[in-house]
Amino acid sequence: MLRNSGALLFSALLASMLLGCGKSETTSTNTSGDALVVKIGAAAPLTGAQAHIGKDNENGTRMAIEDANARGIMIGGRKAHFELLSEDDQTDPKAATIVAQKLVDARVNGVIGHLNSGTTIPAARIYNDNGIAQISPSATAVAYTAQGYKTAFRVMANDAQQGRVLGEFAAKNLQARNIAVIDDRTAYGQGIADEFIKAAEASGAQIVAHEYTSDKAMDFTAVLTSIKGKKPDLLFYAGMDPQGVPLVKQLKSLGLNAKFMMGDGGYTPKMIELAGAAAEGMYASLPGVPLDQMPGGREFAKRYEAQFKQPIQLYAPYCYDAVNVMISAMQKAGSVESAKYLQELAKISHDGVTAKIMFDEKGDLKGGAITLYQVKQGKWSVIETVGGAPAAKH
Amino acid sequence: MEILLQQIINGLVQGSVYALVALGYTMVYGILGLINFAHGEVVMVGAMVALAVIKVLLATALSPVLVLLLSLLAAVGVCMALGYGIERVAYRPLRHAPRLAPLITAIGVSIVLQTLAMIIWGREYHAFPQLLPNASHSIGGAVINEVQIAIVLVAVLMMAGLLLLVHRTRLGRAMRAVAENPSAAALMGVNINGVISTTFMLGSALAAVAGLMVSANYGIVHYYMGFMLGLKAFTAAVLGGIGNLRGAMLGGVMLGLIESLGAGYSGALTGGMFGSNYQDVFAFIVLIAVLIFRPSGLLGERVAERA
Repeated sequence: MLRNSGALLFSALLASMLLGCGKSETTSTNTSGDALVVKIGAAAPLTGAQAHIGKDNENGTRMAIEDANARGIMIGGRKAHFELLSEDDQTDPKAATIVAQKLVDARVNGVIGHLNSGTTIPAARIYNDNGIAQISPSATAVAYTAQGYKTAFRVMANDAQQGRVLGEFAAKNLQARNIAVIDDRTAYGQGIADEFIKAAEASGAQIVAHEYTSDKAMDFTAVLTSIKGKKPDLLFYAGMDPQGVPLVKQLKSLGLNAKFMMGDGGYTPKMIELAGAAAEGMYASLPGVPLDQMPGGREFAKRYEAQFKQPIQLYAPYCYDAVNVMISAMQKAGSVESAKYLQELAKISHDGVTAKIMFDEKGDLKGGAITLYQVKQGKWSVIETVGGAPAAKH
Repeated sequence: MEILLQQIINGLVQGSVYALVALGYTMVYGILGLINFAHGEVVMVGAMVALAVIKVLLATALSPVLVLLLSLLAAVGVCMALGYGIERVAYRPLRHAPRLAPLITAIGVSIVLQTLAMIIWGREYHAFPQLLPNASHSIGGAVINEVQIAIVLVAVLMMAGLLLLVHRTRLGRAMRAVAENPSAAALMGVNINGVISTTFMLGSALAAVAGLMVSANYGIVHYYMGFMLGLKAFTAAVLGGIGNLRGAMLGGVMLGLIESLGAGYSGALTGGMFGSNYQDVFAFIVLIAVLIFRPSGLLGERVAERA
């Protein structure tokens, strides 16, 4: 029995080694027949608490790649065939670096990802070390592009812009004087909470409590009770919808009468579906203009729903744009090698679904708009869009 | 004062949730000396099955109480079958293997169940419908709703029921015999495989009840929900003394209280130096302290040795 299983293990090892060899051979040439094979890596959490948002990212990326293949794109005089290599980073910064290395080893031509700031920041270093272009569709923490990497880009306004808009809106438009903040201690939560607090205090509000939770928590009654004692008129939660839903429900059941606000992590259809009546009246923001005001937003949403049989969760259009920006830079450079098309990427001007995309010297989106939303009668409705002149002009 | 009372209620409810799950852990450990790391996932499967049944039955004209009962029955049934299957496939072949081996298969089972649930029910969060009116009651300014009262009661009742079962019934005597010395028990005519299977099925039935209560309390269900819950419940079981049923209850409630009071007051007591970001740290500091001074937990270890 033992000997048998040993032999089995050995042959399995052998087989995997052979398989591995075969794989690396095909990747090193990067061509199959006369078509130019372009590998686009994608990384997002496909398992765990944020899997629904991660899958949405993958769908957006996949759609762009299928479209590009259908259009028959020529790069440097050869017909390009795009392949998607999708990896699961589990929202875990450690796993993100492993996944990043895996994509590097698979010799991808560029990466769309990651979803969260906490995973995007450490992964960016690996892509930079290997000279591979990275466009994050949704990482909003300032730190991502502040590392000074020439390979790092994003197609969404960052938290400095978003946190500021939210903080000013809370203090000025909503007249909140005593504000409580809960952040989930992720790179995203911390970043946006800090910017929110700065802006709210500058606009005359007082932060009466700053409490913390984690991106895995389900029960917030303890921090909410302690916040209730400080009698705030507005509560800002810096985190994602899996925590936002139970948080807003527990807020209501504890009888805490404060307005509730989140950043882009709360602007999902799931938030309303799951929190139901508790979500009524809450505020959230999303970088970019509203989907139906995006240049190709409505058509994109229709096609997305037809293909994936579910509504867009959050960032799918941004992923779609990120892929197309990358392809367009490849076409301009006439090459699929990051080293060659990175310069083109830095000075790109691309009419995307979400906005006209241009990058500043750091790799941040130029003139990104921020839109504020409120739940009214069980639906997200637009309150106002701040900034974003290039998108509006288009 | 009102805030303190509310924090104590929060802690009590949260602690009872932990205790509900911890009872299942401790039950299996008490008999087998095996930590069933897949227990949290069985809780999740219980919640998912209950939700699926509720969705189907809501379309019919049955009364909400009946729907709830039927969904509970279905969840208990499926989880018992699952518990039996897990024991059969992952633990029985390894019963005489070194202790590390079943621990690893337990983690394997947990990953398999999570992934299966993800494939079957999808990655998204599901809303758990509120079937019965869930009114809030005010006690001295603090709020508690009926689901939360039910959670505390069910946890206590389940603990009492298990104690009766283990100490007062024939099956319980067989369980204790197996816990003490399996080979001797077999010589005395105890059907060891039968007793162990029954233990697993009971533990899984408890998990199903816990799954339903937890989902009713938080209103959402997700394939990943069992992981964190299982971890906290395991901590609670160790804190109270794993293998000891009263210990699971005590450990759960203590963990809940430490967490809520720690999160609520640590900031004020330390002048803002340690805020609610140290919530989990406090819980685990207490755990470490207890284990240093009482290595087998607050109330000692296995059920059988105390009986």
